[in-house]
Amino acid sequence: MTNIAYFKDQFEDIAEPDSAIREITKTAFDTFNQLGLPTYKLEEWKYTNISSLFDKNYQFSKDNFQDKLSPSDLQALNLAGEEEAHALYFINGRFAAGLSKINATENELVVLPLQEAAKGPYQKIIAEHLGSSSKYLKDGLHALNTAFIQDGVFIYLPKGKQLALPLYLHHINHADTENVLSQPRSLVYLAENTNLQLIETYTTLGSMESFSNEVMEIVLQENAYLAYYKLQNDGPNAAQVSSTQIHQLGKSYVQTLTIALNGGVIRNNLNLILEAEGNETHLYGLSLLKGNSHVDHHTLVDNKRPNCFSNQLYKGIADDTATGVFSGRIIVQRDAQKTNAYQSSKNIILSDRATINAKPQLEILADDVKCSHGCTVGQLDEEAMFYLRARGIPLKEAESLLLRGFAADILDQIKLKPLRKHIEQLILAHLAST
Amino acid sequence: MMLSIKNIHANIDGKEILKGINLDIKAGEVHAIMGPNGSGKSTLASVLAGREEYEVTEGTVTFLDQNLLDLSIEDRARAGLFLAFQYPVEIPGVSTTNFIKAAVNEKRKYQGKEPLDALAFLKIMKEKMALVEIDQSLLSRSINEGFSGGEKKRNEIFQMAMLEPKLAILDETDSGLDIDALRIVANGINQLRNQNRAILLITHYQRLLDYIQPDFVHVLYNGRIVKSGSKALALELEEKGYDFITEETDL
Amino acid sequence: MNEDLDMLEQSALNDYKYGFVTNIDTDTIPKGLNEGVIELISKKKNEPEWMLAWRLKAYAYWLKLVEPTWANIKHPPINYQDIIYYAAPKQKEQLNSLEEVDPELLRTFEKLGISLNEQKRLTGVAVDVVMDSVSIATSFKEQLSEIGVIFCSISEAIQKHPELVKKYLGSVVPMTDNYFAALNSAVFTDGSFCYIPKGVRCPMELSTYFRINAENSGQFERTLIIAEEESYVSYLEGCTAPMRDENQLHAAVVELVAMKKAEIKYSTVQNWYPGDKEGNGGIYNFVTKRGICLEDYAKISWTQVETGSAITWKYPSVILKGDHTIGEFYSVAFTNHHQQADTGTKMIHLGKNTRSRIVSKGISAGQSQNSYRGLVRAAKGAINARNYSQCDSLLLGDKCGAHTFPYIEVKNKTAIVEHEATTSKIGEDQLFYCRQRGIDAEAAVALIVNGFAKEVMNQLPMEFAIEAQKLLAISMEGSVG
Repeated sequence: MTNIAYFKDQFEDIAEPDSAIREITKTAFDTFNQLGLPTYKLEEWKYTNISSLFDKNYQFSKDNFQDKLSPSDLQALNLAGEEEAHALYFINGRFAAGLSKINATENELVVLPLQEAAKGPYQKIIAEHLGSSSKYLKDGLHALNTAFIQDGVFIYLPKGKQLALPLYLHHINHADTENVLSQPRSLVYLAENTNLQLIETYTTLGSMESFSNEVMEIVLQENAYLAYYKLQNDGPNAAQVSSTQIHQLGKSYVQTLTIALNGGVIRNNLNLILEAEGNETHLYGLSLLKGNSHVDHHTLVDNKRPNCFSNQLYKGIADDTATGVFSGRIIVQRDAQKTNAYQSSKNIILSDRATINAKPQLEILADDVKCSHGCTVGQLDEEAMFYLRARGIPLKEAESLLLRGFAADILDQIKLKPLRKHIEQLILAHLAST
Repeated sequence: MMLSIKNIHANIDGKEILKGINLDIKAGEVHAIMGPNGSGKSTLASVLAGREEYEVTEGTVTFLDQNLLDLSIEDRARAGLFLAFQYPVEIPGVSTTNFIKAAVNEKRKYQGKEPLDALAFLKIMKEKMALVEIDQSLLSRSINEGFSGGEKKRNEIFQMAMLEPKLAILDETDSGLDIDALRIVANGINQLRNQNRAILLITHYQRLLDYIQPDFVHVLYNGRIVKSGSKALALELEEKGYDFITEETDL
Repeated sequence: MNEDLDMLEQSALNDYKYGFVTNIDTDTIPKGLNEGVIELISKKKNEPEWMLAWRLKAYAYWLKLVEPTWANIKHPPINYQDIIYYAAPKQKEQLNSLEEVDPELLRTFEKLGISLNEQKRLTGVAVDVVMDSVSIATSFKEQLSEIGVIFCSISEAIQKHPELVKKYLGSVVPMTDNYFAALNSAVFTDGSFCYIPKGVRCPMELSTYFRINAENSGQFERTLIIAEEESYVSYLEGCTAPMRDENQLHAAVVELVAMKKAEIKYSTVQNWYPGDKEGNGGIYNFVTKRGICLEDYAKISWTQVETGSAITWKYPSVILKGDHTIGEFYSVAFTNHHQQADTGTKMIHLGKNTRSRIVSKGISAGQSQNSYRGLVRAAKGAINARNYSQCDSLLLGDKCGAHTFPYIEVKNKTAIVEHEATTSKIGEDQLFYCRQRGIDAEAAVALIVNGFAKEVMNQLPMEFAIEAQKLLAISMEGSVG
């Protein structure tokens, strides 16, 4: 059992009294203590049972194992097109600064361990923005992450810096001898007139179980641009709750794309807080679920100011005994007149033992808006299947072809060509495997 | 004088579109306003009908001895000003018949008349339907919803026939019509032409004027009427294009 | 648009036409709820022992529950000890004919537009009227009984048809279903009972008119409709209440059972007193309505026009148990001033080739909050289940809210579920178009709103549709935005 008492021991063990972020962690731990782990009785966790995962024993290690990994180990994790790019590594949830590969000067890109950043010139930014997502994500897991924040990372793009190369964030869990619980934390700050392409990946090494409880907070100032890709293709022994909150403080542009192929229980919380007039946001998601995976995409778009545009398109395919969940919430606050907010969730069920649950929600308090959501659950088009087979294409191939077609408009949104190609290959292999 | 426009200036979002329009229209006359895209033709129609996005900054409009600009949108309509929309609006769930009946009875109320009962209304409707070769089944559908371009425009002229306006402003009623639809629409308009009614045709192309003979043709350019003449002016425009006038004016 | 906004600010002096009180002696019991009260209700109704036992069991269960808080509504806590659970207009014990009904009551219902005089009524509608806790009268009973249709109050059915009541009461909405269903099961007083025998197409609309009159009382309606094989019935209900500063509770349970190839069409025009402009008073309408298509090819269709009540909490649902069964839900919910509505449906697909359709039109004005909440579930065995849902919201004014909370759960690969929802305000261009044709802004809004709601209105029987349209227009007065 990994229970509150266990975390209490860990917390007392780890927290250093002089830490610059001690106050935040203390409050968060109290909150965790109060809320405990979320159960399916909570509306937000109705379709995803996370509490049973904590029946196991996890090791919440203090070591980040960074010397255990050789450059070639790291290279093996590279995605196509990554050679030139910037790469950061989290090992067992702790930022491994020594492994960072940054091909830019400090004028262009600042990457610091969170604790260090909290003491230096970025103190003010951190005080203002670190932990701001707790206002939206009021659950025990989120608080738990915040309670163990000290090994997180701070990523900062100074004013006017357009980072040409993408930044990769690799999460590695070392689970070869024991079950690992990791809690990565990051704060990403895009100052005015910046551009960032961010890619996150997750890998569990070893055959034991891993549970990753991640929180990322991203802040965008005026005229910042963010493309954010999350690739979830870990083993069935890898459970994950990944919360990302993006604050569009200035008029800015965000595109997110979440792709879930393999894994155990995955829960993604993606919150977009549109705090400035004229924000534009595009959210895309694709789940291709097989085996016993369970992927739950929760999105929230909170429109607080006028004239914002958001569009969401999430597609899900569930085969075998997999479960796909989509819960999307659009809030249009009273001041957010002239909001255009759209949301669409399209799902295909391939097996009688698979499940799709969807909960698209609109909460609208301003009148001059255009908002819509649509949700469909169905099968592959029988006519199309027949057509392909009549042309001599075998069943399995025809199915794969149609599924790739179904996924295509999501993949088209990946603007990094090598990455798109890489993911297309993964999907091809994923569909071919049984 | 039915309509007298004096030095009208109008803005939208702070941008001046009409820059001093003068135009007099008498009962029985047909005037055509032509001009290149963006010259202010549709703005003029909108200002006359009272569309609220437009701000009149200068000038006066007298319509049947009333100050038109003081009237609300609906009172202008009830007083006899009709606008055939360039893009007729869809209202889901509201049948064309019910919509027109509501409009006709509002006008009757304004004139101090009793509302028409269903039977009398139906009778008048039947008569007018023939004018624009409109089908009963179209009238039971939600207004303009799923109508083809031609059906929408015929429906506009049908409403004109039902409402019997004093002044009809037809905003690009010919746009998007094939030759058959154009003939039907023009035919309807011609039958509604009489000595008590004035018509203001707004069009980009001369081809509508092959069917409806205007008494006067005006060329609108850059928010002003830059040239007025007879039907011959339209033919000249057709032949030489707008350039010959715009270049002249720009000099 | 400033002019229109001003009109919005002036917002509605619309008088609730049905807000009068009938002065009639009422037999009421003291406020409060306990086993003794339940025994008293049962005794007043001269109920058999099994009925009382059922009520007490429900009460015991209710005591263990807490009031649900998940709906998107807000209200001060309800003091269940501060409610009168039984109030009945005093009249002769047993009425032999409609002529014996107290003239004051007859006048009340005439005033509400409900004539109990069979000669005066439109043929084609039989009506049961319920005031506070009792059924006053039921018309056309005899004609209906000739063809085997039983249409009477539930109290009478308990006396005369105990075997049917025993068999079906609580079979669709178990007493343990939810907080308000448990409460209703313990204290229900009256409502209608309809039984349509095999092969009978009920020749007239059956309807019940519910009226709350007594002060401080709650109304706990219980209605049960059973349609045997290959039968058809169209049932309507309407409701009104006096204007009072206090909130009154109406917690109903309605159960429908449709057998093989049977069809039940259930229409509601809900016009409980909505409270005043400031949000004082009004009915809390907390209702559990559910039908089951028990056997193959059955069909249940709910249509509701909701304009009244301070708070509406109601999800008329269909359990599609038989194969090839059909469930429908058509709803218009209009909220104005401080009204709150959290309403929708559940379509539970269990059988093969089951179909359901949901059309919900929400219109919010004033400072009201209007939520659609629905569940569509295709179970593992619901081969080829189909659902289509359309939820549209219209906002009149910038101080109200429109919310949509659909839940979609699919567990088989042959089901197709489609849900669409939109939220918008009335288009400026639509308003301009109407006004250019001489229709003033207020009339234009009414026209557009009626158009918006038309698909649902079309589902109502003709006389009801006209009533509903008028009601919508009255509710909407002054809410132009």
